[in-house]
Amino acid sequence: MLNNQGRPTTPKDSAVASHETFTRNRGLQMEEALLFEIGRTDVTGVDLDEPTAFVSRLGDLARDEEIGLPGLSEPETMRHFVRLSQKNYAIDSGLYPLGSCTMKHNPRLNESMARLPGFGDIHPLQPQSTVQGALALIEELAGWLMTLTNMDAVAMSPKAGAHGEYCGMAAIKAAIEAKGEGALRKVVLVPESAHGTNPATAAAIGFEVRSVPAGADGNVHPDAVRALMGPDVAAIMLTNPNTCGLFERQIVEIAQILHEGGGYFYCDGANFNAIVGKVRPGDLGIDAMHINLHKTFSTPHGGGGPGAGPVVLSSRLAPFAPVPFIKRDGDELALVEDAHGTQALGRLTAFHGQMGMFVRALSYILSHGSDGLKQASEDAVLNANYVRARLADLMSLPFGNRPCMHEVLFDDTWLKDTGVTTLDFAKAMIDEGYHPMTMYFPLVVHGAMLIEPTESESLASLELFIMTLRDLAMSALRGETTRFEGAPFYAPRRRLDETRAARAPVLRWIPPQPIMDAQQAAE
Amino acid sequence: MRYLPLSDTDRSGMLARMGVQHVDELFADVPAHLLLKDPLDLPRRKGELDVARQLGRMAARNVTASSVPFFVGAGAYKHHVPATVDHLVQRSEFLTSYTPYQPEISQGTLQYLFEFQTQVALLTGMDVANASMYDGSTGTAEAVLMAHRVTRRNKAVLSGGLHPHYAEVVRTQSHLANDEVVTLAADVSASEDILSQIDNTTSCVVVQTPDFFGNPRDLTAIADKCHANGALLIAVFTEVVSLAALKSPGAMGADIVVGEGQSIGNALNFGGPYVGLFATRTKYVRQMPGRLCGETLDAEGRRGFVLTLSTREQHIRRDKATSNICTNSGLCALAFTIHMTLLGEAGLKRLARINHANAVQLSGLLAGVKGVEVLNKSFFNEFTIRVPGKAADVVEKLAAKGVLGGVPVSRLLSGKGLDDLIIVANTEVNTDDDRASFVAALKEVV
Repeated sequence: MLNNQGRPTTPKDSAVASHETFTRNRGLQMEEALLFEIGRTDVTGVDLDEPTAFVSRLGDLARDEEIGLPGLSEPETMRHFVRLSQKNYAIDSGLYPLGSCTMKHNPRLNESMARLPGFGDIHPLQPQSTVQGALALIEELAGWLMTLTNMDAVAMSPKAGAHGEYCGMAAIKAAIEAKGEGALRKVVLVPESAHGTNPATAAAIGFEVRSVPAGADGNVHPDAVRALMGPDVAAIMLTNPNTCGLFERQIVEIAQILHEGGGYFYCDGANFNAIVGKVRPGDLGIDAMHINLHKTFSTPHGGGGPGAGPVVLSSRLAPFAPVPFIKRDGDELALVEDAHGTQALGRLTAFHGQMGMFVRALSYILSHGSDGLKQASEDAVLNANYVRARLADLMSLPFGNRPCMHEVLFDDTWLKDTGVTTLDFAKAMIDEGYHPMTMYFPLVVHGAMLIEPTESESLASLELFIMTLRDLAMSALRGETTRFEGAPFYAPRRRLDETRAARAPVLRWIPPQPIMDAQQAAE
Repeated sequence: MRYLPLSDTDRSGMLARMGVQHVDELFADVPAHLLLKDPLDLPRRKGELDVARQLGRMAARNVTASSVPFFVGAGAYKHHVPATVDHLVQRSEFLTSYTPYQPEISQGTLQYLFEFQTQVALLTGMDVANASMYDGSTGTAEAVLMAHRVTRRNKAVLSGGLHPHYAEVVRTQSHLANDEVVTLAADVSASEDILSQIDNTTSCVVVQTPDFFGNPRDLTAIADKCHANGALLIAVFTEVVSLAALKSPGAMGADIVVGEGQSIGNALNFGGPYVGLFATRTKYVRQMPGRLCGETLDAEGRRGFVLTLSTREQHIRRDKATSNICTNSGLCALAFTIHMTLLGEAGLKRLARINHANAVQLSGLLAGVKGVEVLNKSFFNEFTIRVPGKAADVVEKLAAKGVLGGVPVSRLLSGKGLDDLIIVANTEVNTDDDRASFVAALKEVV
């Protein structure tokens, strides 16, 4: 009941609130203790009946140690995790311009499709005759991926982008070994602008990494590749569009250099979302490319996974794809799960890959259709270019004011002598209600700011974002450093001490040591 | 297109403001002859209703675990997940956020990861855990690599009780990295001699408990022999609920504990996404793969959490990184943490007792079927039976009678003379009626 009689209905003029609250909450912004500080080991939020008497068959290995796991009732659990959720920024709450990460809208249809019992409630090892619909779904998604890329095969099992890179490079190694060149071809060329996963993957497979310098225009040049090419080179790992947000204009020529020299062309497909339906990687001479379903096809990022990284392969690499793969025999689909007797490079994971992500990705693809996918790429590129065009007079573009793909890269030249750094600028965006852009990546430009607005933003949303960045930029150029140095001021936490966290790591909750009060001590 | 906010008017206005005639001018760097003019010859856009119908038809062709008496395990398990879990996991702020690179606006994700790490450390009996791996199998392969870094050796010994897919993932990775692997023969009765395989060239021994065939393994003697030879013991599990019933791997001397967390909070999903759990001793933490969340203070002295020890990782170390891993299995880890919070120690232990009691009951019933033999002396919620004839045929015939009665060992280990074995799992979801249906159907087909 809310009675508006007998109480003031207009607020009084009052001073700006600045006092500490008793709870340390600030209205809707709640502090939340750790589960281990509020839970009790004898509390449970699940009602289960004790089993009737039985004779244990655990042998002499029954656990007698306490675990120390606190529980919460259902209402407490709900409140704990809802409060935690409210400390997160999310696509659903605002523009999330994290370059190279592709934070686009996550349609909820995809979530409900993945939760259909026919997909979510089936076991990877139940008889294949009972999962023909699931195999058909994987086959259909594989078909779309091959057609969109014009490639001959696709390995579906890799669990994430980096896992896909591993799969593609492993296929290249297997192909090289099959040709008897395993001892010879030990080097992988990786541009300086590459994601860190590229050199880490090449090294994990036993390759030596040779760095390719970027040209002054942000592109990799055929001459630089030719200079490093030799009989010891197994492959190049090139990202296209690259991490500077640029399409590699001479990619076809680079592919030719690799192929003529007996090497393979791995493409990091993290940025495939810029070109779906516009150009097919297979037409560019690529031998293997992973596709981040969680970027291009919008399976949710979920705070850092799970992802999925199917790898499309050229005919030269197709025979070496890992198990499992699907074979069609008339109307019957069957999984080939045993690598023996095939040229498969082996197995990269238990079972068959990220089925839950396959359903979401196919739901996204069917919703868009080939026309919608093309439109989505065009809108992503249009939005990024619009941001570029509207900020180019204030912020510095390291490779000139030329069209970009789905993301635009600024450096920090324009901040020189302002006392404001890329980090400060990013943190000030938080106070304005935006997630910062990707910062300090790629490494080839100083103080990088990589902005990817995605196709999910309306013009009005883009305009407000642009006006906000312009306001921040002009403020920085005017030398108003206080707005930046201490930022963020209005987030659930101020800047966190990462040095302290790494110096003496606290990686789990430890029960506090009991503090004796004076009376106990006296006793 | 319902997901694209720009209208044609918006698009043309934006292009005009940039002085661009056609959107393809923005694709000028693409070789002109390769730029596609028209959409590819594939189906065009569809509304929600049409997509839901099309995918619904595919889903309807599969036999779901909840619709039949269901006893399939061998690395993935059907458990009841409380409704609260999925509701919370689908909160926008969890579902649609990225890896917590900006900790000031990611404390929700970071705090649950810190809670997850603590829960995993407690369950495994270890000091520290990471923020999750893709799944148990890839986590096991990463554990072997970690042991190689710690010991500066490169020979792994795999128990014959290790899940065959896990063993194959380790072998594939080891072949690619030129590391050595010794795989012991499939060990149905937990009687293999691992100790004689351990010497001062061994980097690590990988033992699963309960093993692939359901036998709980005592790791103590193996741990002692490993440590005497400067090797590490990697303990693996595929059924995390078993940790509540059985002595923890940490208490038995394991150096790395890794396994599958799917059973808690996560659906079967036809094999993925799942969540790998990974824990170790404090002294090895800087050799750990994967993301780690740590506690710290903010500029006002308040407790907060950040990703830490990132100097191990690929974005800093590039080709010198401990692993190429970039993501974890965040949302599945969240589901695990919420379900585990709901259970608590009291609920988890009771859940484990129910699983074990049901399996004990089923083993008695199956042992009573003529021609069927239960091979395990001890087990948790899964065991192996021998049937007359080919197990794969028996399982198919059971499926035809509407019972999903386990996994034929030959599906994962073909050509090993193990064609008459079925691995049978029994969890809290199975009722007395399910068990009766299973036994009745089995009597008819063997």
